Amino acid sequence: MLIEFFLCLRKHGLKTSLTELLDLLGALERGVVFGNVDDFYTLSRLVLVKDESQYDRFDRAFAEYFEGVEQVDLASAIPADWLERSLQRQLSDEDKAKLQALGGLDELLRTFRERLAEQQKRHAGGNKWIGTGGTSPFGAYGYHPEGIRIGQDGSNARRAVKVWDKREFRDLDGDAELANRNLQLALRKLRKFARTGAAEELDLNGTIRATSQKGGLLDLQWQPERHNAVKVLLLFDVGGSMDDYIYECEQLFSAARNEFKHLEFFYFHNCVYEHVWKDNNRRYDEKLPLLELINRYGRDYKLIFVGDATMGPYEIAYPGGSVEHWNEEAGAVWMQRLLNHFTDAVWLNPQPTSHWRYYQSIDLMQQLMSQRMYPLTLDGISMAITTLLKKSVATAVPSPSNS
Amino acid sequence: MSFASTESYIVADDLGLAVNAAVTLEKPLLLKGEPGTGKTRLAEELAASLGVPLIRWQIKSTTKAQQGLYEYDAVSRLRDSQLGSEKVHDIANYIKPGKLWQAFTAAERPVLLIDEIDKADIEFPNDLLHELDQMEFHVYETGEQVRAEHRPIVIITSNNEKELPDAFLRRCFFHYIKFPDADTLAKIVQVHYPDIRKDLLSSALEVFFDLRQVPSLKKKPSTSELIDWLKLLLAEDIKPAELSKSNGLMPMFGALLKNEQDVQLVEKLAFMARRQSS
Repeated sequence: MLIEFFLCLRKHGLKTSLTELLDLLGALERGVVFGNVDDFYTLSRLVLVKDESQYDRFDRAFAEYFEGVEQVDLASAIPADWLERSLQRQLSDEDKAKLQALGGLDELLRTFRERLAEQQKRHAGGNKWIGTGGTSPFGAYGYHPEGIRIGQDGSNARRAVKVWDKREFRDLDGDAELANRNLQLALRKLRKFARTGAAEELDLNGTIRATSQKGGLLDLQWQPERHNAVKVLLLFDVGGSMDDYIYECEQLFSAARNEFKHLEFFYFHNCVYEHVWKDNNRRYDEKLPLLELINRYGRDYKLIFVGDATMGPYEIAYPGGSVEHWNEEAGAVWMQRLLNHFTDAVWLNPQPTSHWRYYQSIDLMQQLMSQRMYPLTLDGISMAITTLLKKSVATAVPSPSNS
Repeated sequence: MSFASTESYIVADDLGLAVNAAVTLEKPLLLKGEPGTGKTRLAEELAASLGVPLIRWQIKSTTKAQQGLYEYDAVSRLRDSQLGSEKVHDIANYIKPGKLWQAFTAAERPVLLIDEIDKADIEFPNDLLHELDQMEFHVYETGEQVRAEHRPIVIITSNNEKELPDAFLRRCFFHYIKFPDADTLAKIVQVHYPDIRKDLLSSALEVFFDLRQVPSLKKKPSTSELIDWLKLLLAEDIKPAELSKSNGLMPMFGALLKNEQDVQLVEKLAFMARRQSS
């Protein structure tokens, strides 16, 4: 029972499991809903879908399974003002006779999609484009023997638009490849626990030691709770070619903000120069000199660059190479200053690894970073974090001889 | 049993069905939705309409799953051992039951509200999988097995700050509370202010929905803000005509707009609209 429905949902990419199908069948058996397709819709969505961003997919799958809705789906893709009743055209019988059908329904739908793709503006009258009051087979308030009706109110042979046809949840549908949760779990590996803050936890060993020192008289000892003490400094490349990766960066940023208590972030453009900034709208007024950044944040901060490193090679290698201002010193010099201070640094690059070799600037940056550039994927982040942790061990070893 | 709108709370049809299904099948119900759509209220009203106690577990960023089961107060026991109290011989005296334990052992089937589960650590839901599924857990200190006599009705709310793990979601029913439409909203307002004038309500709702339409508002006003705003309008005895006059911001805008940038944005829009019309 409902196996076909279940398979239809899976086909639309909903990750519905067998347990949930059994739950739904259980609910039907208990008579939670009976003989009402609207209630069945609500119930099956309640049981089978676990995220509002999947609601739109569910609506489409439900519509497909319960048939007869394609034209509504198309209608909602057309801006409403194209269909305003600006022209109501009365056709004579003679005119109607002239009109010829474009072929079968499939043919009509196909042509419709093609025209929809071609057409950009609102259209009224005429006989080809989608609009109102015309004799094109597509549109409303017009006449064509085999036409497709779009967003027309009033009586019609087709049944009224159902809830799932309205597709109210379309805005919420997001095809998240780098799901926030996965990212956060990947970032978790970058944890270094330390006890800081107020002493709230009972220190059992300390208490036993102190109590025995007092000859058995209870002496409670407290210690602060363990927190993730890792400090992270994120530098984001913004603007230009990075616009394609805004989504990935947002995901990374929100995951990082949830995970790290000590998180600082700044923006730069293409390559790091004299300044970084914190508010992209006020990038020209509120700049932080890079030297101040170096002085303000200690060596214990882990530095993570996020950028596609896709630019003209001169933007890295030459003074005055920046596309935005005249830089006295080359980007490479500023990069080197940063890297000398922050020994634990990695670069995350949203460009697919396969494209890297086509860009000379990526190669240059890779050299500057001494091969610590990784792709902005789950695997890439895991590798980057391993590097960050490994480096901190390596740098920790020589430090006792210094002190 | 069936859960429907009461004198003080309006339930949309699909939400009512969701609650009934979750109650019948004894599954936890996970509710999401814009802040202010009455997720927490629902649990209170459900408990009231069933006439059962509500056990409320408010989750914070520091909450651990174990705290919901029980806590072992080692410090009191150490102190009592110093004082030579008799209680100290029974460890059960120092086990403090948590909210889940209370819910499992309640005399009648209670409503358990786990509020804002997304505030907790990312592993928190995973730690509760077995407890919510089987409704039982083990107390290591005493070797006791706590089992639910009546499976509590579990309502979980989330504001979507963190994503929840799949395994957890599979065990829940999920409902996303849509923002109510004008009709439902009018009903909700009637419930709160039965003697509000009809003309005032309709022009206030108009202003409110227009405001929600304004793109790129940082915080869209929600039902609870609307109700606060109406309270102020009634208190100040504002006339409906004053609302529709579009001279700048609506009166008492502070109740609707909680963000300085939003206030400026709306002010600017009103100014532009005025210039166009003149």
